[in-house]
Amino acid sequence: MAAPSARELARAVNVRERSAGELAEEALARVAERDGAVGAFLWSSPENVREHARRVDARVAAGESLPLAGVPLAVKDNMCLSGTPTTCASKILAGWVAPYTATAVQRLLDAGAVPLGKTNLDEFAMGSSCENSALGVTRNPWDLGRVPGGSSGGSAAAVASGQTLVGLGSDTGGSIREPAAFCGVVGFKPSYGRVSRYGLIAFASSLDQIGPFATNVADAALLYELMAGKDPRDSTSVDRPVESALAELPEDLRGVRVGIVREFDLAKLEPDVRAVYERAYRDLEHLGAELVEVALPSAEHGVATYYLIAPAECSSNLARFDGMRYGLRVEAADVGATYEATRAAGFGDEVKRRILIGTHALSSGYYDAYYVRAQKARTLIAADFAKAFERCDLIANPAASSPAFAFNAKADPVSMYLMDYYTIPMSLAGLPSLSVPCGYVQPAEAAGPLPLGLELTAPLFAERGLLAAAHAYERGTQRAREHAPPPLPAAVPGGRA
Amino acid sequence: MTATASAPALEVGGVAYEAVIGIECHVELRTETKMFCGCRNVFGAEPNTNVCPVCLGLPGALPVPNRLAIELVVKAGLAFGAEIPAFSKFDRKNYFYPDMPKNYQISQYDVPFTLGGLVSFWLPDGTQRQVRLTRIHLEEDTGKSLHAGSSDGRIAGSTHSLVDFNRAGVPLMECVSEPDIRSAAEAVAYLGALKRTFVALGVSDVKMEEGSLRCDANVSIRPAGTSALGTKTEIKNMNSFRSVERAIESELARQVEILASGGRIVQETRGWDEAEGATHPMRSKEQAHDYRYFPDPDLVPVEYAARDVARLRAALGPLPQARLDRLILRDRLSVAAAHQLVDGGLAAYYEEAAAHSGKPQATVNFVLGDLSRLANETGVAVAASGVSPQALAELVALTDAGTINSKTAKELLVRLWSEGGSPGAIVEAEGLGQVSDAGAIDAIVAAVLEANPKTVADFRAGKSKVMGFLVGQVMKQSRGKANPSLAEERLRARLGEGAG
Repeated sequence: MAAPSARELARAVNVRERSAGELAEEALARVAERDGAVGAFLWSSPENVREHARRVDARVAAGESLPLAGVPLAVKDNMCLSGTPTTCASKILAGWVAPYTATAVQRLLDAGAVPLGKTNLDEFAMGSSCENSALGVTRNPWDLGRVPGGSSGGSAAAVASGQTLVGLGSDTGGSIREPAAFCGVVGFKPSYGRVSRYGLIAFASSLDQIGPFATNVADAALLYELMAGKDPRDSTSVDRPVESALAELPEDLRGVRVGIVREFDLAKLEPDVRAVYERAYRDLEHLGAELVEVALPSAEHGVATYYLIAPAECSSNLARFDGMRYGLRVEAADVGATYEATRAAGFGDEVKRRILIGTHALSSGYYDAYYVRAQKARTLIAADFAKAFERCDLIANPAASSPAFAFNAKADPVSMYLMDYYTIPMSLAGLPSLSVPCGYVQPAEAAGPLPLGLELTAPLFAERGLLAAAHAYERGTQRAREHAPPPLPAAVPGGRA
Repeated sequence: MTATASAPALEVGGVAYEAVIGIECHVELRTETKMFCGCRNVFGAEPNTNVCPVCLGLPGALPVPNRLAIELVVKAGLAFGAEIPAFSKFDRKNYFYPDMPKNYQISQYDVPFTLGGLVSFWLPDGTQRQVRLTRIHLEEDTGKSLHAGSSDGRIAGSTHSLVDFNRAGVPLMECVSEPDIRSAAEAVAYLGALKRTFVALGVSDVKMEEGSLRCDANVSIRPAGTSALGTKTEIKNMNSFRSVERAIESELARQVEILASGGRIVQETRGWDEAEGATHPMRSKEQAHDYRYFPDPDLVPVEYAARDVARLRAALGPLPQARLDRLILRDRLSVAAAHQLVDGGLAAYYEEAAAHSGKPQATVNFVLGDLSRLANETGVAVAASGVSPQALAELVALTDAGTINSKTAKELLVRLWSEGGSPGAIVEAEGLGQVSDAGAIDAIVAAVLEANPKTVADFRAGKSKVMGFLVGQVMKQSRGKANPSLAEERLRARLGEGAG
């Protein structure tokens, strides 16, 4: 890749060494060359990309200096971008063209980013592998026989395959961090409330949060800082200053106390995976961090808690997809039958499963036993974190228990749900959390090395310290540079590998 | 107000029964913009012109609460002495309906903005009643379905349906009463009290015909003096105060008849048919709704500090309920007159004039009589006319002291209406004072009797009605200034009656 970072690309455009138009053509060429094999994008329109690039060049020509001038951006297809199809990778929204732009996306466009296209995801962001997409297959650039992770697998794969330097994902229970780990890129979920959800098609409103993918922590920090901040259109967005991590990036971790969670026992992992994380913890120490053991006794209930709260909210959020006003409509005898036929044909199995779970959890007679108890458990988990952060500044743990797995390896839904074991508790507590590449394993059956991610989590709204520490770790270890994805074939024939 | 003075007695098999009625009102709030978006809140716009991603429930759109709407609900509650919980929240009520864009309605479930409260009102017979409020909560209105292709606009026989989302997201206040209402007339008086208060607070324009007030009644009957509740029916489709009264009366009669013939009342929802004057069971839903209420995760809880509540309470202004009580209890006005003053926007004017005159009844007679007539004729509000409350008080005093008679008073009011000024000064300057001097009147009386021998003969023959004519003649001769009662007294004396 010509430029090492999005910041460098933007600088080059701002000083007129490069133009947004040139960067757009290069990005389009990379998509044409690589996406046949990867399948990161559900939609990308060269005319649309060129039009956005022209506008950026005009602004730069008019003297504006833009922090993301001409930087191509992959946008997960559950965020609205005015005038473009927005599908959530669901048949029920196929053909729907968003009439407005999500606040987070708009803030990046205002900063000069050029939307390169809309990327694949598990349908309505429900899944951990992108296999639940109804509209396309996305492959992991490190091994095309493996999943990119999910639900934001398309954006993660787009960045990992070098089609773009930055992308947007959304994270409800790990949907940025797990695919970032699987694809060997940085993925960052800010604190709940930091980035506006306006224009993000809701899966679970109390958990959803938009965040960046990037090849490095500083680029992720830049995108985050441009998107964050109160949005009058989202009453859950918080009105508090966004402190820049980029202003003063430390070189090491001296003075940082890193909590290692007692309940996240590395002995449960495969030996090769375990070795990578043990080394990662040692790396933190070598960089000056003080490791302390902390306890998250309620974290073990995270997955069960999450699979009540998130489906409950989704059962209500997805009620609007009924064939009456937009999207798919399957006509039947009357209104009720049309609802049923439309939703039966329009939603995939996982979405239906979660709507059923959520409807049940909220129904009269079960509400207290399921939804109310889950909320109590959520409160306990958040309290565990608050207590742990009395003893440490950050918590470090594996982002996932394994590297990217093969297609169809997690046919049992519960085994798929458990992929988010390490990411869900942080989501339930609303904490800022990221995954940064920390090494590789090479299982015998894999095509080559597979990346692993270290998850770092900070107290609520302590993004600055989190990003600074992640940057110091990245700089001090250079783990991402140990390997590169293999060259890609022009396309992968047939369906899933 | 069409309420009758007292509830018709209900009787089943010789046992006295009483009506038990609770009312749920939906009131559209008078805000500039909708509840959760910036779209305009107006009635009667072209369909689907006041809409945006939020009120259309488009994917990704989020609600942002209208602070003013919340304040209006809190004020409505405070006006009735309700408790304002320090913590409140919005919940989602989940059900599918084509005019509901999200297939859930943002509403309030267990912690509404106001709890309790007391609505006090007067019945035409002068009795005062109080009905407890259960709660007032805030929610968003739905869109409106229009069924096309059938002759009567009903869904049956229609070929297709259209939806207008202009109303979707309009702030809607639901006001629920306890089952304290005991007759159809009380129901109407209760609604009148709500309407009067909401209009005074600027909460709503409360127009049933435009749908800004909609109400349902829960109706049951039970043996008088017992406390267990009978089986209730819920009555819908009542489009005016009059139809509320008729529907409840019809439903009470139906329930009495069922019990009298040994039947059982079925709990159901019944629609009022205005043309037929009867309620009918509405098509029952296939299953009981489970609305699966849960806190709306898109909206943060609303917290009300005591000082916010105090600020809103201080800003309530004069409340019609307190004013009615004053007019009826302190000034001893009739219930009808007090309602006319308050509902006609004349109460403040009246109170000021009555304070000056000290004669409430004489004052109200002028306000609801001559002044209201002049207001109707000229299109000018009484308070904006040339007759200041002080001038009216003066006029009342002049009349009461017998300085001017009522004819002069009427004429003076017409003059004052357009010209303004002090009635006392005009009377003084123009010698309009009435003649109450018996000697002066006796002279006129003698002349009148002499000029009308036939009438005098008729009177003596027993035609007492001709007295009016004779008094009129005295008034005419005096150019309207004679004191009419003194004139009559002197006439009778001369004709050999009364003191004579």
